[in-house]
Amino acid sequence: MGTFIAQFLSGLAGAASLFLVASGLSIIFGVTRIVNFAHGAFYMLGAYAACILANTLSGALGFWFSILASVLIVAVLGALLEMTLLRRIYRAPELFQLLATFGVTLVVEDLVVILFGPDDLLGPRAPGLEGAVTIAGHAIPTYDLFLIAISPIVLGLLWLLFNRTRWGILVRAATQDRDMVAALGVNQKWLFTSVFMLGVGLAAFGGALQIPRDAVTHQMDLSIIVEAFIVVVTGGLGSVFGALIAAVLISELNAFGILAFPKISIVLIFLVMAVVLVVRPWGLLGRPTGPARATLGLSIRPWRPMVPSRRLAVAGLVVLAGLLPVVAGPYVLSVGSEILIFVLYAASLQFLISTGGLVSFGHAAYFGLGCYGAALLATALGWPMETALLAGPLLGLAGAVVFGWFAVRLSGVYLAMLTLAFAQICWSVASQWVDVTGGDNGILGVWPSAWASKPWAFYELALAVAACGVALLRVATFAPFGFALRAVRDSELRAEAIGIRRSRVQWAAFVLAGLLAGISGALFAYLKGSVFPDAFGVSTSVDGLVMVLLGGMGSVSGAVAGAGVYKALSIWLISVTDYSKLVLGLLIVACVVLLPRGIAGIRDLLPRSLFARGTAR
Amino acid sequence: MRILSRLAVAAVMASTLFAGGASFAADTIKIGEINSYSGLPAFTEPYRKGWQLALEQINAAGGVGGKQLEVISKDDGGKPATAISAAGELTASDGAVMLMGTFFSNVGLAVSDFAKQKKVMFLAAEPLTDAITWSKGNAETFRLRPSNYMQAAMLAEEAAKLPAKRWATVAPNYEYGQSAVAVFKQLLSAKRPDIEWVGEQWPTQGKIDAGPVVEALLADKPDAILNVTFGGDLVKFVREGTTRGLFKDRSIVSFLTGEPEYLAPLKDEAPTGWIVTGYPWYAIHTPEHDAFLKAYQAKYNDSPRLGSIVGYVTMKAAAAILAKAGSTDTDALIKAAEGLPLDTPFGPIEFRAIDHQSTMGAFVGTTAVKDGSGVMTDFVYRNGKDYLPDDATVKGLRKAP
Repeated sequence: MGTFIAQFLSGLAGAASLFLVASGLSIIFGVTRIVNFAHGAFYMLGAYAACILANTLSGALGFWFSILASVLIVAVLGALLEMTLLRRIYRAPELFQLLATFGVTLVVEDLVVILFGPDDLLGPRAPGLEGAVTIAGHAIPTYDLFLIAISPIVLGLLWLLFNRTRWGILVRAATQDRDMVAALGVNQKWLFTSVFMLGVGLAAFGGALQIPRDAVTHQMDLSIIVEAFIVVVTGGLGSVFGALIAAVLISELNAFGILAFPKISIVLIFLVMAVVLVVRPWGLLGRPTGPARATLGLSIRPWRPMVPSRRLAVAGLVVLAGLLPVVAGPYVLSVGSEILIFVLYAASLQFLISTGGLVSFGHAAYFGLGCYGAALLATALGWPMETALLAGPLLGLAGAVVFGWFAVRLSGVYLAMLTLAFAQICWSVASQWVDVTGGDNGILGVWPSAWASKPWAFYELALAVAACGVALLRVATFAPFGFALRAVRDSELRAEAIGIRRSRVQWAAFVLAGLLAGISGALFAYLKGSVFPDAFGVSTSVDGLVMVLLGGMGSVSGAVAGAGVYKALSIWLISVTDYSKLVLGLLIVACVVLLPRGIAGIRDLLPRSLFARGTAR
Repeated sequence: MRILSRLAVAAVMASTLFAGGASFAADTIKIGEINSYSGLPAFTEPYRKGWQLALEQINAAGGVGGKQLEVISKDDGGKPATAISAAGELTASDGAVMLMGTFFSNVGLAVSDFAKQKKVMFLAAEPLTDAITWSKGNAETFRLRPSNYMQAAMLAEEAAKLPAKRWATVAPNYEYGQSAVAVFKQLLSAKRPDIEWVGEQWPTQGKIDAGPVVEALLADKPDAILNVTFGGDLVKFVREGTTRGLFKDRSIVSFLTGEPEYLAPLKDEAPTGWIVTGYPWYAIHTPEHDAFLKAYQAKYNDSPRLGSIVGYVTMKAAAAILAKAGSTDTDALIKAAEGLPLDTPFGPIEFRAIDHQSTMGAFVGTTAVKDGSGVMTDFVYRNGKDYLPDDATVKGLRKAP
């Protein structure tokens, strides 16, 4: 019984920071519709600021002042970010802000190492709360009791703020209907800035409160951001109370999961989120959102297939790319192969996002399944490359069949988070099922057949596969299936009225995209010669999103350019500098501000006459 | 299209000219180096300082065979796939004659498999996994640091002397933690059949939920605990464990905790009385180590970490291999490295011919707090060659020659 109580209290204490970060994320999303990827970075900055201040100032006063000061400092940083960056891109397509805040995260990760050094920092213990109280025969840290009290207090204060102040009423109104609030003459600019500041301040508070328990490291951001997303989505978007319930649920699950299944506690929270979303598609306390007002804004200028002259030009480009081995050495060719593999991967995601309107945060699932499919066939069954490449991607296809079936029951951010959960479940299987997957040591020795082991031969193979894959996706987009998919994206109600079943069409889109991502994964396994669980990692999924967004969401094959630019840049940067994340992040932010439609949007800046004949996008 | 193809031809010609002009200087020998500089700076920065110091000393002494050594260093960001790109660039376009480095076990394994495929020598510096020299070992790969098995054997030897009968374990839930626990259990149970394993905790690496983990361990009522967590997880585990009284009247045996990388950040909260492996640089007084310490502090005005030693010795080993081989041919390098003796700040070591593992050892001692920071006391250097299984067992474990 004592253990039970002790675990319960630890779970509650663990929920505090998670709740603070998640509630901030939820509030920001509710009003500004920004999926703030940089939220974890602000959490980390809060911890760094508090830790450095508290180590300089001594005494109880110094400690609590440090906590408050760090919250204010980071909140002001957040406001500056909102005013200088986000304000410029509210009008950009949805999710573009995700790209911008992702860039900010990259910058901050390197910046803290440059500013505060590579070593982990240790903050002081909270003065007066260092000890423990004995409850039911167990020593419970006093600081844990303090943390347990924090969540309801913050919840209460937020409730007062939203329900008893004019500002709060305006914010709630904006959450319900942004356009209406604007029409009533409320200065949206400052409303958004203040909301962003509040959300960021909550994240920083969550980070600052961790310093008596945790070490402050430059990787804190990633460890919290995914969990915070899970809490927000499980609790229901925009619901602060829901965030609290979900934070407590997930923390308790961690605490008791450790007693019951110490090895699988990694997946437990993803499994719970998946179950919650399948049963309650809008989270525990979320409300169903109405049909989206505006989609990608493509209805005005619909896509058209390419005119013959442009097809010829594209064919010419492919031939030109095929001539690369004439001039390039083996290293350039292996980089070229990698870029082509990611072109196919990003194009498959682009198809889901642009054509299908289905934002997947877990596209790495199919990529990774393709990797493992090919690698297992090659090593466990000893299949030659040719057959393993053909059959391996079927595992990606199978994954898409299963996950897609669940995912299409949801929409928007909920769908995105469910796909993320599936990718994470795949990741844990890959890293835990050591007998089959080799665990973290991966599968080695997946090298191509003799004929394809020359870099030029493998490059040509990758080029052929990528070109066929992208062509197939374009054909699918302009086939009746593609039109149906676009119809359900643009208006579900009208599409159903003319007899198009949304779930079935979107499911098919998942399966097609999953198969092509699986093919790119299988090729990737043979390019690298080995596969590891990080093929399923969040960063693989995010890389895909960045490529699509960079290339331009509102285009059919912008991902081709996005993947090429992003992959080439990141390979080159990591080769020449240790601060590749800093440079890459800054470039992404610059791209977002200068090219809010992505690389494919460059043409909008050029005189139209240049494209008089080819109007396809 | 016509314009395009003309442009293409021009581009082809221009780039061939460019490529032809870039011949590499024959008076240097290039070594390719890969590590997780951006992913794990706390460990890899000291490591980089270590090999840079050694490189400076080697070149100041005239280099190898009259040629200067040049190290081309790449960051892998902690990802095996990125490390493979880097290895490709280093060998195919930068003209590196051998590879060295890596920290994470999976990155080390990926590069070792690359080395086997491309027939290039690879000197793994930090990866601890036993697979890299045994189950997945290959002719091209050598490894410097004492492996998981060796460290487990050193700790199990100490653990067997403890009266404790009920043991619990806590380890990060990935290959390193899993194999550390498995080997330790196997070796300790062999020495002490009376021991009972009463519980195990597997927190996610980097995300330990320390309070519940400590409570769960308390519930198992062990006499002693094996800890394999490190870095930020270790900090949280130590803080929660201290507050909740987990370490009171219990023996704790802990991997790596004595390394300054992990012990120093804990400051005065460092645990006391733990039996650990590590590197007490402040208390080693041998001529070899004094020379290293003096040179390191003079160059960087900083204290060394274990990473510094590993970087320093890896570089020295690479130079010694090149010097002995007298050639940059991979087969000659492998032949030179097998059985190569080397003087290090820890004393003489050797790269075993049988499994390409170096006999570098580790310090085993007890933690204490001195002047507000964690230190190792009562430590002994354990020579790695005494903690490896006999040759017949190694031959059974290793498929490669």
